Amino acid sequence: MRIIVLMKEVPDTYGERKLNLETGLAERGASEAVLDEIGERALELALTQAASLEDAEITVVSMAPETATATLRKALAMGAGKLVHIADENLVGADLGLTAEVLAAAIRRTGFDLVIAGNLSTDGYGGVLPAMIAELLGVPYASALTTVDISSDRVSGTRETDGGVMTVAAPLPAVISITERFPAGRFPNFKGIMAAKKKPVETLTAADLDIDPEGLETPRSIMLAVSERPARSAGRKIVDEGDAGEKLAEFLIQNRLA
Amino acid sequence: MTTFPEDSILVLVETTPSGGLAKSAAGLLGAASLVGTPVALLVRAPGAAADATQDAASLGAKHVLTAEPEGADLLLAVPAVDALAAAANLVRPDAVLISNSVNGRDVAGRFAARTRSALAIDAVGVSRDDEGIVAHHSVYGGAYNVDCAPTFGAPVITVREGSIDVRAEPVSPEIAPLDVPPSGVPTASIESFEEQAVTSTRPELRGAAKVVAGGRGLTSQEQFALVDQLADVLGAAVGASRAAVDAGWVPNSYQVGQTGISVSPQLYVALGVSGAIQHRAGMQTAKTIVAINKDPDAPIFEIADFGVVGDLFDVVPQLIASLSARKE
Repeated sequence: MRIIVLMKEVPDTYGERKLNLETGLAERGASEAVLDEIGERALELALTQAASLEDAEITVVSMAPETATATLRKALAMGAGKLVHIADENLVGADLGLTAEVLAAAIRRTGFDLVIAGNLSTDGYGGVLPAMIAELLGVPYASALTTVDISSDRVSGTRETDGGVMTVAAPLPAVISITERFPAGRFPNFKGIMAAKKKPVETLTAADLDIDPEGLETPRSIMLAVSERPARSAGRKIVDEGDAGEKLAEFLIQNRLA
Repeated sequence: MTTFPEDSILVLVETTPSGGLAKSAAGLLGAASLVGTPVALLVRAPGAAADATQDAASLGAKHVLTAEPEGADLLLAVPAVDALAAAANLVRPDAVLISNSVNGRDVAGRFAARTRSALAIDAVGVSRDDEGIVAHHSVYGGAYNVDCAPTFGAPVITVREGSIDVRAEPVSPEIAPLDVPPSGVPTASIESFEEQAVTSTRPELRGAAKVVAGGRGLTSQEQFALVDQLADVLGAAVGASRAAVDAGWVPNSYQVGQTGISVSPQLYVALGVSGAIQHRAGMQTAKTIVAINKDPDAPIFEIADFGVVGDLFDVVPQLIASLSARKE
């Protein structure tokens, strides 16, 4: 079974994240870069289920700047067998459509039975890429799964939406996305880190995938303006001297909030 | 043959499992009315589309297209995408608006990929300039405002639930059934479905005007009841920080923050919430923020309009008593 896990490098949400106000692009230098946590959970799922699947090969596919290799290697140290890294300066600032085309092409080139992704990244917060990739690959997509069962020819699981909870299933090949109900990714151990050094890393460009990032025939989403919201400032802060509940009640009533 | 206005905005309105319009419909049609003529597409299981047409009209849909593609209730996303493709082909809209819900994102992603349309996600507003429709976004937990538009063509825009206050005027719509040629694209099937029972009389967290959220400072599941009590006095929804969710005191669906639900209520009361940046990312656009925490250095105080350093087990009961007394 060929399992592909989609992972990405994101600015650490535990730090300040910045957008460049001229280019609208993320300031990669502004905060520490880490593997997105939801992607680690997706990889953890693949690693956990691989044991019970015949000839499971786990490949991590990521589109990210060249500098992200160090971050992405963590996935190899966790236990993924191979990394396919699409790094191309022409893809900087790629919109969702271009990103989906690039990832779908890389997945098709690598070969797959199942693609596992997180449901929402912590930076883009889009939650649409797996659906776009499934459409481009012409395969089923089961989204927002909270449990997953993989067998040799089928994937099934529980899916939560606003209206209720459903059980869904799809024949392979397929794309799925998981929510953060899944366990966090394991910490790489020393053995894993050493083994990662010998694992294959394939670096691809858009041209390798036969994609022209500057092609004008497909509409792309472009940023017209970006501005920083003024930071919130602190207001009144009191220390409870036995009457803070009453003072707070007054504040809420005065402001017509209670 | 119906003709559609030049400035048509195609809106995929979601319905609830029982057949009514989903809450998101009003905001989507409101947003559409700001930039053009709202044309609603209703996708239902065969035989069920008629149910919600009048609701769509009361929310301002000038035209309502009803589609009943085979498998609409048994297959994920693809029947709705097929319907949307047929509707877009007929209407030739200036933009397609879809709710940024779990199902909405799946349909939007597939539809944009299939039709090679520019996709803008999680918009909090739309406007029109000389070139067409512009989507407005609030990103990085509300820290930045970003405007996006397509290089050409009609954009597909998913709209954050609860972000649009504008409502369109009710109209008497032109209703037409839509013929949907099936694409045959493989998709996942729904094997069983259990509608989530609404057990609470409290407002839903998403889109609530007031939210009371509890964090680690509540110390136990039993004590978390204090959050419920204050919420009931204020008529607020209940939220939680990740710490409270991870501790198992409340379900995952209560989580406010970066990886949970983003809220921007009139009032946000944080009880025993430290205010980690991931939590702040999901609530800092609230109009008024109140925080009670015994740690004077908790980051939540940096953004609180009214902060109380104190023991919430003293302060909150007094607050509840004080509010209840004034109500009588």
